Amino acid sequence: MTDTSPHAQNSPLLEVKNLSTSFRTERGVVHAVDDVSFVLERGQTLGVVGESGSGKTVLSRSVMGLLPNRNVIREGNVMYEGTDVIGYNEKQMSHVWGAEMAMIFQDPMTSLNPVMKIGKQITESLRHHLGVDKEEAKATATALLRQVGIPEPERRLNEYPHQLSGGMRQRVTIAIALACGPKILFADEPTTALDVTVQAQILDLLDDLQRDRHMAMILVSHDLGVVASRTDEIMVMYGGKVVEKAATAELFRNMKMPYTEALLRSIPRIESPSHTRLEAIPGRPPNVLSPPKGCNFAPRCRYVQEKCLNEEPPLESENGHAWRCWYPVGSAANREALERNTAAGVPVGVPAPGAMSSAGGI
Amino acid sequence: MPAPSPDAAGRPARDSVFSASGDLATEVTRIADGDAYNTEALRSLDPDQVEGARPKKRLGLFFWIAAGFFLLVVVLAITAPWLPIKNPAKVVGRPRLAPGAQFWFGTDALGRDIFSRVIWGARASLAVGFLSIIFGGVIGTSVGIAAGYLRGKTETVLMVMMDVLLSFPALLLALAIVNFTDSKTVITVSIALGIVAIAPTARLVRANALIYGQREFVTAARSLGASHIRILRREILPNIIPPLLSFSIIAIAVAMVAEGGLSFLGLSIDAASTATWGNMIVSGKPALENGAPWIALIPSAVLFLTVLSLNFSGDRIREYTDVKEG
Amino acid sequence: MQLVVVLLCVTFLSFLLLELLPGDTATRLCAGAGGQECVDQKRAEFHLNDPMPVRYVRWLGSAVTGDLGTSARNAQPVSEALAERMPVTIELLLYSQFLALLVSVPLAFAAAKRAGGVLDRTSSASLFMLLAVPNFVMAMLLIWIFPVTLKIGNATGYTAFSEDPIASLASLTIPAVCLAVAEMAVYMRLLRTDLIATMQEDFIAMARAKGMTPRRVLYGHAFKPSTFSLITVIGLNFGRLVGGTIILEVIFGLNGLGGYTYAAIQGQDYVPVQGAVVVIACAYVVVNFLVDLLYAALDPRIRHARALA
Repeated sequence: MTDTSPHAQNSPLLEVKNLSTSFRTERGVVHAVDDVSFVLERGQTLGVVGESGSGKTVLSRSVMGLLPNRNVIREGNVMYEGTDVIGYNEKQMSHVWGAEMAMIFQDPMTSLNPVMKIGKQITESLRHHLGVDKEEAKATATALLRQVGIPEPERRLNEYPHQLSGGMRQRVTIAIALACGPKILFADEPTTALDVTVQAQILDLLDDLQRDRHMAMILVSHDLGVVASRTDEIMVMYGGKVVEKAATAELFRNMKMPYTEALLRSIPRIESPSHTRLEAIPGRPPNVLSPPKGCNFAPRCRYVQEKCLNEEPPLESENGHAWRCWYPVGSAANREALERNTAAGVPVGVPAPGAMSSAGGI
Repeated sequence: MPAPSPDAAGRPARDSVFSASGDLATEVTRIADGDAYNTEALRSLDPDQVEGARPKKRLGLFFWIAAGFFLLVVVLAITAPWLPIKNPAKVVGRPRLAPGAQFWFGTDALGRDIFSRVIWGARASLAVGFLSIIFGGVIGTSVGIAAGYLRGKTETVLMVMMDVLLSFPALLLALAIVNFTDSKTVITVSIALGIVAIAPTARLVRANALIYGQREFVTAARSLGASHIRILRREILPNIIPPLLSFSIIAIAVAMVAEGGLSFLGLSIDAASTATWGNMIVSGKPALENGAPWIALIPSAVLFLTVLSLNFSGDRIREYTDVKEG
Repeated sequence: MQLVVVLLCVTFLSFLLLELLPGDTATRLCAGAGGQECVDQKRAEFHLNDPMPVRYVRWLGSAVTGDLGTSARNAQPVSEALAERMPVTIELLLYSQFLALLVSVPLAFAAAKRAGGVLDRTSSASLFMLLAVPNFVMAMLLIWIFPVTLKIGNATGYTAFSEDPIASLASLTIPAVCLAVAEMAVYMRLLRTDLIATMQEDFIAMARAKGMTPRRVLYGHAFKPSTFSLITVIGLNFGRLVGGTIILEVIFGLNGLGGYTYAAIQGQDYVPVQGAVVVIACAYVVVNFLVDLLYAALDPRIRHARALA
């Protein structure tokens, strides 16, 4: 689906507009992703950061269209090269998947078919999308394995996933994903299931491949550290909504969301003296069935004010930096809020009254 | 893939087979972990994807219909002597009469009322069913508990014995016993079938005893000096009973069918003295081929319905009590 | 190894069983005529006066070489008789399981595609009901419907496979259906459940994300890992059914293993019974072994684990 019309060439590679994904359950509707928008150009990397339950995983699958059809409601637009693919059915999407957009999953042990040879898992994609014959597919697969840094690729073609180590398996999934030259790669927590020593290797590999192929990447993680140095733009999610979005450097220099600040603070630093307490964010993620009135993060925010509990802040944006807060970090209002809270001795982490009553209604 | 087991239950997903992968479930679980309210909400998202979720605890309308039917059969069987039905052993009408107003189920080849024979036949069939399963169940449970709880040499020896018993073709075993003892009473047939039931019961009980006996709770109780009997009574037995119950219900159906099978081989209860559904079906076979199919088919239908209601009830109970350890 | 022990125990146990139960071959054989001399003569002929362990070992010795003794009723060597009759039973079993799979596998796929949908629930419910029909009842029903009412086919009679394969299968169709019906429900449910469970796995999402068509994902990726439970049960069934076809063989007048054993038991002829028990137990062992091999063939993880062990 290489659309070379002028329309396509002027549009961004991927533009997501007001995407919302909800699940219909017996107890009501769960808004897993709420009004998310972003733009991705060729060769760019977007980092998506958030805790469990922030909706980041659902987001990547929703953009790709991998979610089931029943009981799932998707609204908004997913414009790929100018064409809205949100309405595509399974069959239409099967042409997009693999050839235009690809995904690698968190756990390489479970994302590879245990009873199928590795070579076949790569070549079947090649033969399906590119129509190459068996010999050529095999050669390409070997080259791919070499590219992702697997030694003795010819031998590996005939091996099974359980014969490889975790890091190697993840390399294989990368090879599979990139086999048909997709323009966008969704990397859903690609290193979370791997040993720390291997994590950096895999991330570096992704970097290299991306540069070589001028490929766009969406890197999803709960770890700010992972996305810090490897992305052009970062989008922070909380409770299904985008709470902050900015170019990476700008984000770290000038963060506005208390949540992002808290995330940053919670990363342990090697320079700190031993036995320094870890700063976790107190409290719990919001109730997905009946989210609290007002800001989702309010119950856990050290700057929380009355307004936060009652009115939900809109997404404001300035110079490409978007945030969703009444008292953004770095502003005067924010400093005053903190002073008021410290003086009043407000404990952080108590669930807001709104959350309690809505929960009682279940 | 997990190790294969014929009892792999696995619950059906609500959605089409192309539902979201495990990652979504993990994320959903992690949300659920934090907050009790979320857990409740998300269980309904897709309870079969969220670990630790339990299926709705309802037996269902059909269960009560099935159980009710079976109960009806039992009640009719027990109260047979006092019911206003014709004598099952006497000739009360012309032979091979089709079902009609006078004889609801028609008459058999000798002119006996099939309706009352079915009710009286229930007594023998049900008796065989219950007795055999009680007999086999008691022995099998004891063996299973001994093996699963005491472990060690006891377990090995007992389970090899059970293996041997299992490898013995069931029907042959029953056949041999009934045939060689030359007696065709309810008791003999029940014992024969009961012996066949011992090994499967023992297997089931042992598996459950193993699971519950390994719990740290039990080790702790033992270390505090609790006696075996106490532990068995309070910990093991109550947990074995649900699966044993559903298994036994279905086993009763199997036993009743087996009795029918034995009738076909002429090795079950003597048709001349006592009617059972099995021997009624057998005696109806010749008539099947010349004009009076109801003689065989009506008891067949009754047997089928009874077996169906037992199977269904046992199945529902199993689902109801099946607590998957998250 | 453990299987050999079980085998030995089974044969010994059956020997013991036949010993302990009342009823004496010699007396039966001489029933009516012959009197005491006949009984004594038969006793000597069949070594019935030797102690049991001795007789067992003697039997075992000859059994291992293939000699399973001779029937006391018609003096036919048991192994010969069994060899004549095994093919009938085996044909019946293979045919019936084939029929069962023919129905259950497509249904399982169809049901798994839309789990919880109409097809899923109706087929599950109908098969569950079929399961409750005892095989002899099914036999009665089919005999009544086909040969009697519709005048199709015969209620009894069998053509050997070697003579005429088509006619052979045709003659076995009704009994095969009776056997198949009982298994269909189980097979369909097992496969369907496993398919659904497999479809939740990550590697299926990965296959989809690669752009594989839904059909390819279902048949090419999900099918193979979902067959384990099914294969286990099919294997167990074969083992179990080898001894379980007696009733149908009697109803339909088939001259197979079951019918032979039945006749022997009826005639208190214990040598053939012993032989039959051995064959059945062996069949069970062999089938289990084959199923194990099949696992290794299907799942490379098992293959490699075994190679290492």
